[in-house]
Amino acid sequence: MSALAELGSLGKKSRGGRPNVKRTYKDNRAAMVFLAPWIVGLVAITVGPMLISLYLSFTDYNLIQDPNWIGTDNFTRMMQDDRFWNSLRVTLTYVIVGVPLQLGLALAVAMALDKGLKGLPFYRSVFYLPSLLGSSVAVAILWKQMFGTSGLVNQLLAMVGITGPGWISDPSTALGSIILLHVWTFGSPMIIFLAGLRQIPGMYYEAAAVDGAGRATRFLKITLPLLSPIIFFNLVLQIIGAFQSFTQAFIVSGGTGGPSDSTMFFTLYLYQRGFGQFDMGYASAMAWVLLVIVGVFTAINFYASKFWVFYDD
Amino acid sequence: MTTESAPRITTDATPPVPGPVRERRPASTTITRRAGYAPSPRQRAKSVLKHAVLIAAAIIMIYPLLWMIASSFRPSADVFRAPGLWLTEVHTENYATGWNALTSPFGTYLLNSALVVLGAVIGNLVSCSLAAYAFARLDFRGKKWMFGAMLVTIMLPIHVVIVPQYILFSQIGWVNTFAPLIVPKFLATDAFFIFLMVQFIRGIPRELDEAARIDGAGHPRIFLQVILPLMTPALATTTIFTFIWTWSDFFGQLIYLTSPDVFTVPVALRSFVDAQSSTDWGAMFAMSVVSLLPVFIAFLVGQKFLVKGIATTGIK
Repeated sequence: MSALAELGSLGKKSRGGRPNVKRTYKDNRAAMVFLAPWIVGLVAITVGPMLISLYLSFTDYNLIQDPNWIGTDNFTRMMQDDRFWNSLRVTLTYVIVGVPLQLGLALAVAMALDKGLKGLPFYRSVFYLPSLLGSSVAVAILWKQMFGTSGLVNQLLAMVGITGPGWISDPSTALGSIILLHVWTFGSPMIIFLAGLRQIPGMYYEAAAVDGAGRATRFLKITLPLLSPIIFFNLVLQIIGAFQSFTQAFIVSGGTGGPSDSTMFFTLYLYQRGFGQFDMGYASAMAWVLLVIVGVFTAINFYASKFWVFYDD
Repeated sequence: MTTESAPRITTDATPPVPGPVRERRPASTTITRRAGYAPSPRQRAKSVLKHAVLIAAAIIMIYPLLWMIASSFRPSADVFRAPGLWLTEVHTENYATGWNALTSPFGTYLLNSALVVLGAVIGNLVSCSLAAYAFARLDFRGKKWMFGAMLVTIMLPIHVVIVPQYILFSQIGWVNTFAPLIVPKFLATDAFFIFLMVQFIRGIPRELDEAARIDGAGHPRIFLQVILPLMTPALATTTIFTFIWTWSDFFGQLIYLTSPDVFTVPVALRSFVDAQSSTDWGAMFAMSVVSLLPVFIAFLVGQKFLVKGIATTGIK
């Protein structure tokens, strides 16, 4: 069961609990020993810092002087900050274009690979490898060269007589180059789809074929519904991950988010404000805005899932 | 020839990593290829076409990486002239130049990265397995909400905690040390691996615990002598993923490592880009290839565990 499904089932069980039966917990002490590192981590590394960052978001703090309470100033400044809105737009574009493209490709390739294909392990490895390497600085450097004015892409285009633009130096194509890098890493959702396709009983397809259902019908009426929990799972995780993208934009733009802020991701702007200008209050406020946005997206996803995700149990 | 066992997603009883169980054949094979029937010429043509398309796609996917490797063995100027993969002669000077291009030889950064990775791997193995045992096997107050909290932290953006963490670590003097990158791993902050191990332990028959308990073993002994030896596949998956992620992690290392003598590979590569904006691409590619090599080796060695790990738990 996936992490998401577990989270969902936790909620369900609590509603049907037995409030009157007094439980005895036989392993309380042992559990505290086994969980001690995790509990310390949860408090000191996760929850504590979260609360502190919530507090800092209402302060003016530069790491040297003590934090100074300024109420909601950071948030009102943010509302008037064009670069903030721009970074939000860039990140949303990246998420809304990049994630569906990546998942669509992952599903298409997974379906092509699923039919007891010869050489499946080879194809799977080749398609999967980029998603392991894609988050590295080295690949971002490669991308910077490839999509430069006289980079690999334009060299190849020149061979067929096309003069390509300077992809990453042109504000209208720079973000697209980075989205392409994201799409290139479709291998890991592909592996999840492959595993999911294996779970669909072959008799469904046989029965449908007997009834004269064509390819499209079989895909729409069998594959999609039965795969929908996995599509949902991929969607939620990839969206959360894509909102946090940082390395590629940072390296490709040399840390500037340029040209003309066209690759100024939300996280990159947050980094510049926090760790470039040491405006920690503003950076904390931005981090909380990010958390809320990611939370809202996830909540919408969960809500919408009621209408399209099909559980076969 | 697809004999590998299909990982399961919807059942929680199956260990996420290879076991002795052979799964059934991929479901949909029964339609296109029935046993005992030779494929018709039309089917054969279709299959050839399909392989042609897949091979073309595979080449497109992998071409940039191959080209980077090829270019690292060419004179730097050729990076902007030679889009092909053929090498007329092999130049290794990019590797020598790149190795010594920064304040320290590149070996220093490789060593620093290796230290961070080693610490992170040990930390994750120890702390996550302890927590996973508690969640999978023990009965304690507050288990349900703690488990829920653990699942939520998997999805929490790192940015909400990074500012105060940075403040905390800078106040105790940990900036420009590896401690901020290693110590949290000993506190099971990569909750993802707890989940992976919980899934695995749930698949180990409880009778084994019971037998040990009848023999007088307490929880520490059951954990160390029964569960831990049986969960080596999950530990292997954790090791490989921690290795690859920590090796490639950039954000954390960028923030905590600002002085060149503690640079790890990603941060060193980044300073390479900055320092050489006019630029020795050949040398930069050479060091990029060096930096990807460990990940590639981990991929070759641990592919089985990577694939199972992703398929069962759905990580990136």
